Amino acid sequence: MREPALIRMLPDGRRLHLHDGPIDLIIEADGDSRDVSAAYEAAARRFVSILDELCAELPLLRSRAGENFRRPQGAVAQLMFGAVEPYCEDCFITPMAAVAGAVAETILESMLGAASLERAYVNNGGDIAIHLADSCRYKIGMVERPDRPSLFGALEITAKDPVRGIATSGWRGRSFSLGIADAVTVLAGSASAADAAATVIANAVDLSDHPGITRIPARVISPDSDLGNLRVTRGVGPLSDSDVAAALDSGRRVAESLRARGLIHSSALRLQSRTRVVSHSLVHASIEFSQRSLLHA
Amino acid sequence: MADVFPPDTVRCDACPVLCYIKRGHAGACDRYANIEGQLVRVDPHVLLDRAKSQGTPLVPFLEREGDWDGKIMKGQETFVTAIGAGTTYPDYKPAPFIVSSEVEGVDMVTVVTEGIFSYCGVKLKIDTDRHLGPERNLVRAQGEPVGHVTTAEYGSQMLSLGGVHHLTGGSKSEGRVTCETLLDLCNGKEVELTIDEGASVRVAAGKPPVVNGQREERMRVGCGSATIGMFAKQWYGKVDDVVVVDDHITGVLSEHQAGKLLGVRETGIAIQGRRSTPGRYFQVAEPGTGWGGTNISDPLTILKPFKAKFAWPHLRLLMVSTTGEQFAYYELDEELRPVEKELPDALKESVGRIRENCEPALTTVLFMGGAGGSLRAGVTENPVKLTDSVKRKLTRVTCGGAPAYIWPGGGITFMVDVTRMPENAFGYVPTPALVAPIEFTLKKDDYKVLGGHVDYVRPLGDVLKEKERQRQILSHAQNPWPLKPFVESSES
Repeated sequence: MREPALIRMLPDGRRLHLHDGPIDLIIEADGDSRDVSAAYEAAARRFVSILDELCAELPLLRSRAGENFRRPQGAVAQLMFGAVEPYCEDCFITPMAAVAGAVAETILESMLGAASLERAYVNNGGDIAIHLADSCRYKIGMVERPDRPSLFGALEITAKDPVRGIATSGWRGRSFSLGIADAVTVLAGSASAADAAATVIANAVDLSDHPGITRIPARVISPDSDLGNLRVTRGVGPLSDSDVAAALDSGRRVAESLRARGLIHSSALRLQSRTRVVSHSLVHASIEFSQRSLLHA
Repeated sequence: MADVFPPDTVRCDACPVLCYIKRGHAGACDRYANIEGQLVRVDPHVLLDRAKSQGTPLVPFLEREGDWDGKIMKGQETFVTAIGAGTTYPDYKPAPFIVSSEVEGVDMVTVVTEGIFSYCGVKLKIDTDRHLGPERNLVRAQGEPVGHVTTAEYGSQMLSLGGVHHLTGGSKSEGRVTCETLLDLCNGKEVELTIDEGASVRVAAGKPPVVNGQREERMRVGCGSATIGMFAKQWYGKVDDVVVVDDHITGVLSEHQAGKLLGVRETGIAIQGRRSTPGRYFQVAEPGTGWGGTNISDPLTILKPFKAKFAWPHLRLLMVSTTGEQFAYYELDEELRPVEKELPDALKESVGRIRENCEPALTTVLFMGGAGGSLRAGVTENPVKLTDSVKRKLTRVTCGGAPAYIWPGGGITFMVDVTRMPENAFGYVPTPALVAPIEFTLKKDDYKVLGGHVDYVRPLGDVLKEKERQRQILSHAQNPWPLKPFVESSES
């Protein structure tokens, strides 16, 4: 009953939708129409084998990255490992922390290898690889809770910014989190790097021993989770202002150290309607968090 | 390896990830789940998909007939709701969906959008006679002011929650909590509210209210006095006196105006409590869970002895509560002491009728909002023409397919019963403001005349092809079909 991969244009006629198992990509490319077609075709060709490639090494990719870690074979798997390697000494992390970003990045590379595009994005469930040619830009909205999709901020990325990947992680998302952030959005040089960093920062937005936080061993929920018996966040009650500040500050410290190490470009941390921004001062990407102007719709 | 897992874990083979899925959980894709030990494909989470695809059209449909087979799609039987359609904000551009369909030979257009409402709130009608708090007092959720007690209605206490001043005029957390409260109430979830100098209530749309931990079951038919008035005629001649026990106003037939008019003979009955006007008594006992909201379990405790001057042996007395749930029938013996007897058949009907006139106590939630600038601009290039068209009933307004009441006067201010809308029809933006679906349906010719975005009209059939991201649901049985032809006389 293996379902074939889904390849189709969305009804707007502009975006390509690729779906296979847990991978769901929305792709849009801008440029000459022949280039766009060639890029979409390349994306689809690359896409059809990607899930099988990953699954061939799945047990390895689900194990902790560390000293004795055997390097994976597949191209996507290698991107994943490369993205989590900087963190493996300091914390528990498996290459799966970067799987979504690595897939997006791989598909985007295949598109750029086949065509010359003005701009393009590959959105893998919120982990996004982007391409921007000269003077192009993308406007991106940020969502804090997938169950209440609404923008809490917007940012703009231009070709000059060293940002080619965006990722968001939080306990309410599809993947497990060890932290309590509603959403941590990271901008980095690649989608896989952003994905791994968002996971690490979201894990760090946390309070220890807080009675309002429910945690359950990952295996209890998902028997084959790469997080094994680590306790993942399943519920966060209302927190006091000082608790929210403490948890966000803990995440911010990690985000700042990652930025100092050159692993990320900037990050927005969101918890119970409060936000912290860690942003590079020298670049153009701006993150707006001011209360949006009232709309009397 | 499978042995390690409990027997109700299933292994999904829909893709090579081959997830082990525990009972009640979904696999890595969120599309396959283990329901009762069976691998089942589940619908993608409506809102999640919307977020993921950054506003990809995801359109729940309201379907008129339950027997849709997925193949033949007749235009008039499907209505595109605005739920999940996305909004025009912040650009002033055509609504996300402008759908045409032919209904009984007439070309109709439905403009579908999700509106962002910062001018919005809910009106709560809580069926209870209990005092919830003084009118004008603040109503709080999680300690934050979210609304106030407004004018009580017959048998019901009314709360007005939300509005622009609580949403955006107070502190950040006041706005956030107000938004959450409105969102939960509109989506049918239970919310706990406390009223300054008053009660704490747990309310959810279409459910019985819980006041200070006590669940309300039925509305009384009226106060004790009103009950006397309603049933005096049915009792006359069949019984000599009736006491309707009520915590608010206890009524007595022989003293009451209704009894007097019928010529009911004086019985000299004497009731504990404070007499208000003839046949009407306040405070016959303490409030409680006994007869008529009092703490009475034996109704004779509120009667003083009968006097020979007025009463007579074999006098027939009915005592009944305002809900008809409690009743007792007595006849006086030779010493004028009440002796309980079986309720005569002639009185059974009236007691039964009191009971059947007590409707279930509910909390009802009406969402109220105003459709302003950008929303109307998504419908037409000249927004005031939309207002005009709505006022003239050329354009029908629905919310998720539910009929909306349009307030007279300027603008498009509407109210809708949230229980008639599909589940989880509401969302929010952190402004904070609520996101509610709204659809405008009108004849295609009228749409052209009011300057509609005619170039963006798409046939229904085209929209329906995007099945992958749509959810079909049944129309609410009580809702008129949103596409039903308009009455011609409204053209004037």
